[in-house]
Amino acid sequence: MYQFLYNLIGNEILAGLLVAVVPLTIILVFALFGIWLERKVSAHMQDRLGPMRTGWHGWLQTVADLMKMLQKEDIIATDADKTLYNIAPVLVFSGSFAAYAVIPFSSKLLGSEVEIGIFYVLAISSLVVAGILMAGWSANNKYSLLGAMRAVAQIISYEIPTALIVLSMVMLTGTLSLDKISQMQTSSFWNWNIFGGAIFGLSKFLLIPFMFIGALIIFISTLAEVNRVPFDIPEAESELVAGYFTEYCGMKWGMFMLAEYGNMFAVSAIITILFFGGYQSPIGYFGNSISAQWLVPFEQGFWFIAKGLTLVFVQMWLRWTLPRLRVDQLMTVCWKYLIPYAFLNLIIIGIISLL
Amino acid sequence: MALKTETMVLNMGPQHPSTHGVLRLELEAEGELILSVKPHIGYLHRCFEKHAEAMTYPQVIPYTDRLDYLAAMGNNFGYVIAVEKLLGIQIPERVEYIRVIMAELQRIASHLVAIATNGADIGALTPFLYLFRDREYILSLFEMTCGARMLYNYMWIGGLSHDIHPDFVRKTKEFINHFRPTVVELNNLLTFNKIFIERTAGIGILPIDTAINFGATGPVLRGSGLAFDVRREDPYSIYNRFEFEIPTGKGLVGTVGDCWDRYYVRVLEMEQSVRIIEQAIDNIPEGDVHSAIPKRIKPPKGTVYARVENPRGELGYFIISDGNLNPFRVKVRAPSFVNLEVMGELCKGHLVADVIAILGSLDIVLGEIDR
Amino acid sequence: MKNPEEIFELLKNEFGEAILSLDKETPTEPIISINSLQIHKIGAFLRDSDEFKVDSLMVLSGVDDANGTKIKDEDGVDVINGGTLSVYYHLHSTSLKHKITLKVSTQREDPKVESVYNVWRTSDWHEREAFDMFGIIFLNHPDLRRILMPYDWEAGYPLRKDYKNPEFYQGMKVPY
Repeated sequence: MYQFLYNLIGNEILAGLLVAVVPLTIILVFALFGIWLERKVSAHMQDRLGPMRTGWHGWLQTVADLMKMLQKEDIIATDADKTLYNIAPVLVFSGSFAAYAVIPFSSKLLGSEVEIGIFYVLAISSLVVAGILMAGWSANNKYSLLGAMRAVAQIISYEIPTALIVLSMVMLTGTLSLDKISQMQTSSFWNWNIFGGAIFGLSKFLLIPFMFIGALIIFISTLAEVNRVPFDIPEAESELVAGYFTEYCGMKWGMFMLAEYGNMFAVSAIITILFFGGYQSPIGYFGNSISAQWLVPFEQGFWFIAKGLTLVFVQMWLRWTLPRLRVDQLMTVCWKYLIPYAFLNLIIIGIISLL
Repeated sequence: MALKTETMVLNMGPQHPSTHGVLRLELEAEGELILSVKPHIGYLHRCFEKHAEAMTYPQVIPYTDRLDYLAAMGNNFGYVIAVEKLLGIQIPERVEYIRVIMAELQRIASHLVAIATNGADIGALTPFLYLFRDREYILSLFEMTCGARMLYNYMWIGGLSHDIHPDFVRKTKEFINHFRPTVVELNNLLTFNKIFIERTAGIGILPIDTAINFGATGPVLRGSGLAFDVRREDPYSIYNRFEFEIPTGKGLVGTVGDCWDRYYVRVLEMEQSVRIIEQAIDNIPEGDVHSAIPKRIKPPKGTVYARVENPRGELGYFIISDGNLNPFRVKVRAPSFVNLEVMGELCKGHLVADVIAILGSLDIVLGEIDR
Repeated sequence: MKNPEEIFELLKNEFGEAILSLDKETPTEPIISINSLQIHKIGAFLRDSDEFKVDSLMVLSGVDDANGTKIKDEDGVDVINGGTLSVYYHLHSTSLKHKITLKVSTQREDPKVESVYNVWRTSDWHEREAFDMFGIIFLNHPDLRRILMPYDWEAGYPLRKDYKNPEFYQGMKVPY
């Protein structure tokens, strides 16, 4: 996309800025939409209606909340560490925003075409850990500190199963770049990685159960990465009031929320790319069949966002159904169950892919 | 060289989303492990006992409503039985039947709140709304009868304030038919949910002897295995005419006397209450609910201690009368007051997150602790 | 199950003069009066002996008997001099199913009663409440401090009949 914009505009810096702005708009629009979706989904699951008055069925509710948040007074406790307190939301948001640079929304809409896509994502989302620890510590509040420590322990532990599953997919497809992984799952849903990938022969069928297990493991561990129920002990509303962002108000809290919804979509996007075909459509392209080639990227964008949103919906569904796990049970699930299974999965997929 | 460590004193202060009311818990914790818990109460003290000495006997009844505001019918019931014992009057049968039905409906409503908030503290936010939707049926039944949804002033000394509405029996039967499948849905959604069991089974185990020594009553005592229910031990009103079981904790998942047992005892008690209502609703005799209410209530000199089975435990009223129109002393034995004392024993050795689960399973209401 | 006369006789045999009297005139429950400094020994006996097995204290209430003389002190306020404060214990047994009511009286100035904390742990907070509301000191209670009123309330004991609200508490006006 950078090339396209450079050819259009001719100025390197401007083209670079525009390339950065596109994912930023996507993340902002998604956060707006995601918060509304969560409120409606939770309301309908709980036998009530949710926001109904601001706009049609309440879709302007998030805009209203945003305007309210922007006008709030920024209160900082006297004993809080001001530098860290102010930097923390920026770090957390940047960590989650930076992951959007390598996610391909369609074959033409890709922020930056680095070859190490997925590795970069795993690395940059560790920036969030530093931001959370800063937030918890600088607020000078025992609840925040407890929440931050729990969050850090949880995120660091759950990066391991994620990395193991990602490694097994990389082993299978042979490339780290997310764009190439999406391109390999072309032409119909049978070629998606969850059904064994675009290979012929016996190994495809052997792979299918392990792909399902892998998808399940990465779904669970990324739920823990974004601190959603059943793993939302760091922001457990009824125990720690709000965990590491108890003391934040106004737009700073807004940035944490933005980061959380951005993270949710980012991890859903990664799972769809790795397992569910990325931006490929399951049934062929309409644009191809009426020979309007320019329509294809838009369709791809549509399919990608649809798949991402389905996974986000599943995350929300789980949030309103299950209770939350206690922190030591959370750690047990990670270290005693997910990591051994992910490891076995890795070994077996490796063996099968040699066949 | 040992590392100098300090234990952390964490205050689950008076304002907190899941201490049920204004309760301050001072936790001394080492990291996440609790060393001691000290509850501080008195934030909701409204001097009920001092007020009761300045009012006449019937005027005290609205104040008793506000003690345990989630089970107001039971509070009225206890006070009214105590004064009627002092006066020595006979109550019409119709009044007795209606009182029992109201008390059992109130028990179901109160247990719904207890279970819902217990689940909400653990993180399951959806059963909270489902159970409150069912509680709305009960509250509209109460509203139909006496005009109020939560604080009724319904049971008067010698009778009731209003007779039941002509549609009451039919609507109660509709409610019973609607309620039984709800309990099945609750069991599928929350009771046997693996994560809920992990959070509550084996936590906060209360052995029977400790429970009796601390004076715990109600589901807290029954969860530890002792089948003690005031409706059987010391039958008041007409409870000896109805058949119902007393559910106790059996340690189905986890140990006997843990949080899950106390929770499950409440679920089973709701079903037993539905049984009692079914037996009573068809047999309400005719009569006048106002006939036995005396004009002036001036009990002779004496003392009485009467107790009823409130949803939270045994509620007792100790009334001393000196022959005047005002009581000389009214002392309320609040079940949550005594149950909260157990908190210090139960929390030792657990994590901070367990304190919330244990507090939810004890089911306290600050209104009656502080009076 | 035992009825109150039998209980009274058995206790009298055991403890002699610590058991004062059996009051059966009140219409609904007979009350046994006990010496205020022996209550914990009697309580321990009741709990541990096999004939009684009284393992549960239902309620412990302080009462201001208001049977002293009403005089006006120097501020023109009504104050009761003399008279007694009492503590009522309602006990029952979960296994043998009988109920006992005990009463202990102590003088109004400098009231002292032996604590039954070591016999029935229920009395922990009940005795704190009796201390808070009436000023009855329970000897050998490990943590006797106010429970419902603020910890530094110095204006007296609220449930006594001659209690008056103070004007100010920590700078805030009390009656409003």
